[in-house]
Amino acid sequence: MLRALRAVIGRDLRLAMRRQADIVAAMFFFIIVVSLFPLGVGPEPDQLRRLAPGVLWVAALLATMLSLPRLFADDHRDGTLEQLALAPQPLGLIVLGKVIAHWLVAGLPLVVLAPVLGIQFDLPSDALAVLTLSLLIGTPALSGIGAIGAALTLGVRGGGVLLSLLVLPLYIPVLIFGAGAVDASVSGLGPQAHLSLLGALALGGVFFAPWPTAAALRVALE
Amino acid sequence: MSNGLINWFKYASPQSFYPLAGKLIPWFWALAALFGVAGLSIGFLLAPTDAQQGEGYRIIFLHVPASWLSMFIYLVMAFWAGLGLAFNIRLSGMMASALAPTGALFAFLSLWTGALWGKPMWGAWWVWDARLTSELILLFLYIGFIALQAAIDDPRRADKAGAILALVGVVNIPIIYFSVKWWNTLHQGASVSLTKAPSMAAMMLWGMLLCALACWMYSIAVALMRVRTIMLERERHTDWVRALLTNQE
Amino acid sequence: MHWNSFGDFLAMGNHGLYVWGSLLVMALLMVAEPTLVLRGRRTLVERLRRQYRAESGEASRSRSAAGRRRND
Repeated sequence: MLRALRAVIGRDLRLAMRRQADIVAAMFFFIIVVSLFPLGVGPEPDQLRRLAPGVLWVAALLATMLSLPRLFADDHRDGTLEQLALAPQPLGLIVLGKVIAHWLVAGLPLVVLAPVLGIQFDLPSDALAVLTLSLLIGTPALSGIGAIGAALTLGVRGGGVLLSLLVLPLYIPVLIFGAGAVDASVSGLGPQAHLSLLGALALGGVFFAPWPTAAALRVALE
Repeated sequence: MSNGLINWFKYASPQSFYPLAGKLIPWFWALAALFGVAGLSIGFLLAPTDAQQGEGYRIIFLHVPASWLSMFIYLVMAFWAGLGLAFNIRLSGMMASALAPTGALFAFLSLWTGALWGKPMWGAWWVWDARLTSELILLFLYIGFIALQAAIDDPRRADKAGAILALVGVVNIPIIYFSVKWWNTLHQGASVSLTKAPSMAAMMLWGMLLCALACWMYSIAVALMRVRTIMLERERHTDWVRALLTNQE
Repeated sequence: MHWNSFGDFLAMGNHGLYVWGSLLVMALLMVAEPTLVLRGRRTLVERLRRQYRAESGEASRSRSAAGRRRND
């Protein structure tokens, strides 16, 4: 089981490395969206500090959306997905591997970039640390929940826009607890409660989402 | 008992459900009209003035039924969807698709009447109250369901994909509701609260229940009408639809 | 009866706009939805009938005759 999981992750990572341009584009999208906000609302540091958690988290949601359509589309096109569905390992496990690979490629870079972008918003260093931690805990949930949407819209016309329509409402709890953790740490309440709820969401997202995703993939393959 | 089961499965086929639904629709319309007239006359003519909110509170007779129905229809929709997914019954998927637009309509009406209630009571059309926000998200979920089904051409696949989405939504609704509530208590002072419903007069309660029943009957009637159209569309290559439509001229 | 006059009833204690605005939109939409469903059903039935007629016509006619009638 674990070997199959590792094989899927390794394969997806190798494939992702071949099209690094996609990863870099999503990262720049994240950077640009975040940088647009001060231009829109003004450069007052107080206001920016208040906006920072929400802006960074919403930008992270959108940047994740950008890479989701590719999660299954390439494998679907070249027939790999059908082979994986026929494999002796449960399809949910293979999906789990793909979700982990997606997070490594699309989620982890956001976590690394976030503190740098937080500095633009004049966040104090402990808030920066909480922001990074909240993204580290929360982004796996984004990959997991997003996989359901990616599987449901596989091969459907207008898939990209539809995907965001389906997935963004389901991201709301992650957004609330993620941005809330940073808010709570700025206002001195302590982020522990938010972070543990975020952790629960991430665990739920990563370990339960593969099953509906697998069901949706089977529907798409019929 | 076994007889009932056989009958049930008999009516699960579109061919026999279609005429049954046609016979039931006028009854549900009649019930909806009856409950509606009764509920509205209690609510708008007989019920006393609310001590705190004056006459404006009468929106409650529209707002609460719309909110109840919007949530209830989502549950029913998910129930049909799950049934269809588990037992592969064609009728269930059709029922789920027939219910979605009505549910979305009630979610919208709940927001609309909520806004018109909020303006005189709180002085704002919209507040980020936990319930209002959840209702908005519920509307998004309905729209996602409808959009997903509309984008998939093959009806069987549309049914199954919609069913998975509806079930994922049902699992998520409590999580969303509690997270929004948590967020709301964190961000907002005790300035506004929808929960101030003190001892409600019995007459008000009756008016509200009757209006809710009216909306419920209305939903069944419209869903049955829509499911009949969906049946004709999807079963257009079968003999019974052909016979039905060519004989009726 | 709770109201003293019809004017009072319409005014709703100065909240008439909100109360009647809610009721009106709700009533309008609850009339519009079944109307739309009915209309959708009617167009579908007409389309299917036309389709069935065309199919049965094609079946009974010879190939060349069907070709000549392609315009309608």
